[in-house]
Amino acid sequence: MESSAWAAWSVALPLAAAAVAIGGWRAGRVAAYLTAIIAPVLAFGTLRAVQEAGPLRHPLGGWGAPLGIELHVDGLSALMLAATAVVGAATTLYAGAYFNRTTGRWFWLVWLLLWTSLNGVFVSDDVFNLYVMLELLGLSAVALVALAATRDATVAAMRYFLVSMAGSLLFLLGIALLYARYGTLSLTLLGLVAEPDAASLLALSVMTLGMMAKTAIFPLHAWLPPAHASAPTPASAVLSGLVVKASFYVLLRLWLQVFGVSGGGFEAALLVLGALGAGAVLWGSVLALRQRTIKLLIAYSTVAQLGYLFILFPLIAVAGPWAETAWQGGVYQVVSHACAKASMFLAAGSMVKAVGADRLPALAGIGHRLPISFTAFGIGGLSLVGMPPSGGFIAKWLLLSAALGSGNWIWALVLVLGSLLAAGYVFLVLRHAFEWSPEATRPTHPVPRRMEAAALLLALVALGLGFVAAPPLDLLGPLPGAP
Amino acid sequence: MLLALRGMDALPIPILLSSLIPGLIIAFLREESVRTRRVLNLGGAGVKLALVGVMLWGVAEGERYEWRLSILPGLEISLVGDSLALLFITLSAVLWLVTTVYAIGYLEGSPNRNRFFSFFSLCVTATVGIAFAGDLFTFIIFYEALTWATYPLVVHRGSEAATRAGRIYLIYTVVGGTVLLFGIVWLYALTGTVAFVDGGALAHVPPEQYPALTGIFLVLLAGVGVKAALVPLHGWLPTAMVAPAPVSALLHAVAVVKAGAFGIVRILYSVFGIELSWTLGMAYVVIGAAAVTILYGSLRALYQDDLKRRLAFSTVSQVSYIALGTAMSGPLGAAGGLVHLVHQGLMKITLFFCAGNISETHGISRVSEMAGIGRRMPWTMAAFSIGALGMIGLPPIAGFISKWYLGVGAIEAGLPWIIGLLIASSLLNAAYFLPILKTAWLDPHPDASSGEGEDVIGIREAGPLLLLPTLATAALALGAGVFAEAEISPLRWVWMVVDRVFGLVQP
Repeated sequence: MESSAWAAWSVALPLAAAAVAIGGWRAGRVAAYLTAIIAPVLAFGTLRAVQEAGPLRHPLGGWGAPLGIELHVDGLSALMLAATAVVGAATTLYAGAYFNRTTGRWFWLVWLLLWTSLNGVFVSDDVFNLYVMLELLGLSAVALVALAATRDATVAAMRYFLVSMAGSLLFLLGIALLYARYGTLSLTLLGLVAEPDAASLLALSVMTLGMMAKTAIFPLHAWLPPAHASAPTPASAVLSGLVVKASFYVLLRLWLQVFGVSGGGFEAALLVLGALGAGAVLWGSVLALRQRTIKLLIAYSTVAQLGYLFILFPLIAVAGPWAETAWQGGVYQVVSHACAKASMFLAAGSMVKAVGADRLPALAGIGHRLPISFTAFGIGGLSLVGMPPSGGFIAKWLLLSAALGSGNWIWALVLVLGSLLAAGYVFLVLRHAFEWSPEATRPTHPVPRRMEAAALLLALVALGLGFVAAPPLDLLGPLPGAP
Repeated sequence: MLLALRGMDALPIPILLSSLIPGLIIAFLREESVRTRRVLNLGGAGVKLALVGVMLWGVAEGERYEWRLSILPGLEISLVGDSLALLFITLSAVLWLVTTVYAIGYLEGSPNRNRFFSFFSLCVTATVGIAFAGDLFTFIIFYEALTWATYPLVVHRGSEAATRAGRIYLIYTVVGGTVLLFGIVWLYALTGTVAFVDGGALAHVPPEQYPALTGIFLVLLAGVGVKAALVPLHGWLPTAMVAPAPVSALLHAVAVVKAGAFGIVRILYSVFGIELSWTLGMAYVVIGAAAVTILYGSLRALYQDDLKRRLAFSTVSQVSYIALGTAMSGPLGAAGGLVHLVHQGLMKITLFFCAGNISETHGISRVSEMAGIGRRMPWTMAAFSIGALGMIGLPPIAGFISKWYLGVGAIEAGLPWIIGLLIASSLLNAAYFLPILKTAWLDPHPDASSGEGEDVIGIREAGPLLLLPTLATAALALGAGVFAEAEISPLRWVWMVVDRVFGLVQP
């Protein structure tokens, strides 16, 4: 295969599978399983290709920019594709046992469309393409929540839909402004010509606001917990692990690649983004600590963990020689959180199925009643806290050393406080797991092995990311737009 | 084959795996597989001990074992088997084997043994990893792993008291670990190195960074001080004694408190270097904190009627001898501190085994209920007496050797007030241990006066699986003192450490 075609295949594969999935439950499941097997192979092929040849460009149908649609895969895209493939594959395995013919009639179609749009976001090199993929992503994400078919889920899905729509419209407005000003939609070309004039800054602002709403960054986070918690478990895993990261990815592209903010001049705006991130870390954690059901607790922890990503922005601006360390830490947080959080949601789903209730006290003694799922939850949780060895630890180490190295104590304190609060809410679950109460001896409903294995697999990836940090970070390359 | 192993640089890896692998397998065994679990437990402990023996042999002849795995540019997991690491590892390996036997006897027939032995093995793996750590990055990986591996052991009984103790334990240790991480990253950001270097890694740092280094030292000390139970960071330790006896034994003798004490030694000698520690005035801070802890722990121990709680406060006090000695900067004091790492372990594990024997066999957990217990459990109480007298510092038991060198070291370092501290502490030790011995041996058994006959107050000892480990560790505590000058004794090994790692000339 010509090396640049990797990008096209990574979108074509789930799209083709989605087409097959229209055929119904059985066809959809086979198509999804095949995607789950092939997508990781494609993703790692892409990683290797980027590693060997540097960033890949692929003109669809031979028409390059500015006329045709161009796909672009650099280190960041390749890592996002890989994370999507791994989390997607494990979730597919899980979903195959979680749903049945009735409950999962539409799941495969919607899920494969979502997978298509995720990969589409990560390989797009022009903003309109991004818009289309984000729109598809938003709609399929909302549909996944609605699949739960409970009253809570329907209400949450409706709110999610409105936020997602508003976000997309703001993004579209920004595109119009940029196109009027520069006459191009290509991210690469915009990166060469964009200047911080009024029209461009307005475009950046509305697009950022839109993406912030979709990423559910504090204080725009209220829609996320009910949606992620009430969705069917496999949907929760990909929503929290991947979907919110896609809009963050778009933010990275906009701020770093198009406007080159790491070169200076945007300090105040970046500081505001960082302050929102700090707010998310602290407020999201406090809310997570107050939850009494496991899925809501995990969902609020997503709000908190997304905050770390936004702390990346001020560190890039003020960390000087440490900016690159911050950049690596931020991206590593995206990838490790994807695996850890998805594994926690999947494991939580198994535990809830086993005990037939989602209240935390109902999980008494879950440690020995469902050891594999509990192990997965524990490893995922410890990665979230930033306990070594895990991907979360590496991410936190990098972010913390950037903050301390550049003398930005306030961000370092937020990071440390976030870790402690995370330990607190993970402990809320662990505490019950080792409890020995009457509830602990109740029989459990059987949980299919595949569901337990899928969660453990992702947890082990989160753990492994603590040992093999150098290759992915090499691949990521330097901070875009650094002076 | 032994020679091939001896020359293997990666020898730390199989030593770690010898407890990690059994731990992971046991987690997924069925609860009823008693025999498989025993084979794995004892096999792992035996293999570890054998491998450690080989490494001891190699290090004694001048080998140094090193294994590195690069994680990020400038950051690696490095495992180094040198004489200081082996001092701690040998203690862990020996006491793990003994405690495993004890735990098998102690937990017979109780629920959740898979979980217990699995985390028990993980706990030892983490401890050995801490000892092998060749830099602060590796150190904190195992240090944090130890926190989480120990939690399930503390809450093992699942009772309300256990859950509460577990919560307190986690709050202290997680905050401590986070503070430690903060200090390590700060050090890394400031100097670009987190390595352990014999004689100190920071000698090259220019004086204008000394204020920052002082801050880092204090943060690091606060971080490891939680596990080392330095006052006022000791609160978790007395609460954690609700754990089953073998866990308390391991916690107080090897795993958690020693990890903290070992961290203090590493920070003083391998990170800052003893000279820089004195220049910054930080060695004095360590000595001061240790002195306060020694007195405070002993004073609190006086007032505890619960036997395990009294022992726990005694640990708070005794572990600080290690920090005290190593901070004194002379070879004699350092030797006294380091050798106490081993000696306190041997004595304290004996005492906790005895406490477990007494409560398992007779349901007695309070000192005030122990009247006449010496006649009912002569072996257990003989072992207890060795441990207790050793703690007081009575020759020829191991504790005497530690206190002797600490005392001589204090004079050598020009800190004569420490002699006063040691005497005060020994008097306090006597004040809380001797009454136990008196009650146990001399006071009449409460049933004796009621005239119910000999068989009621006849000998009723703990089972062999509980008694043999107790006697073994008591014998080791006695032997380490009597044969302190023999070719193979903890003291001899410590002289080598003082010479090689600390760069302090042997007197």
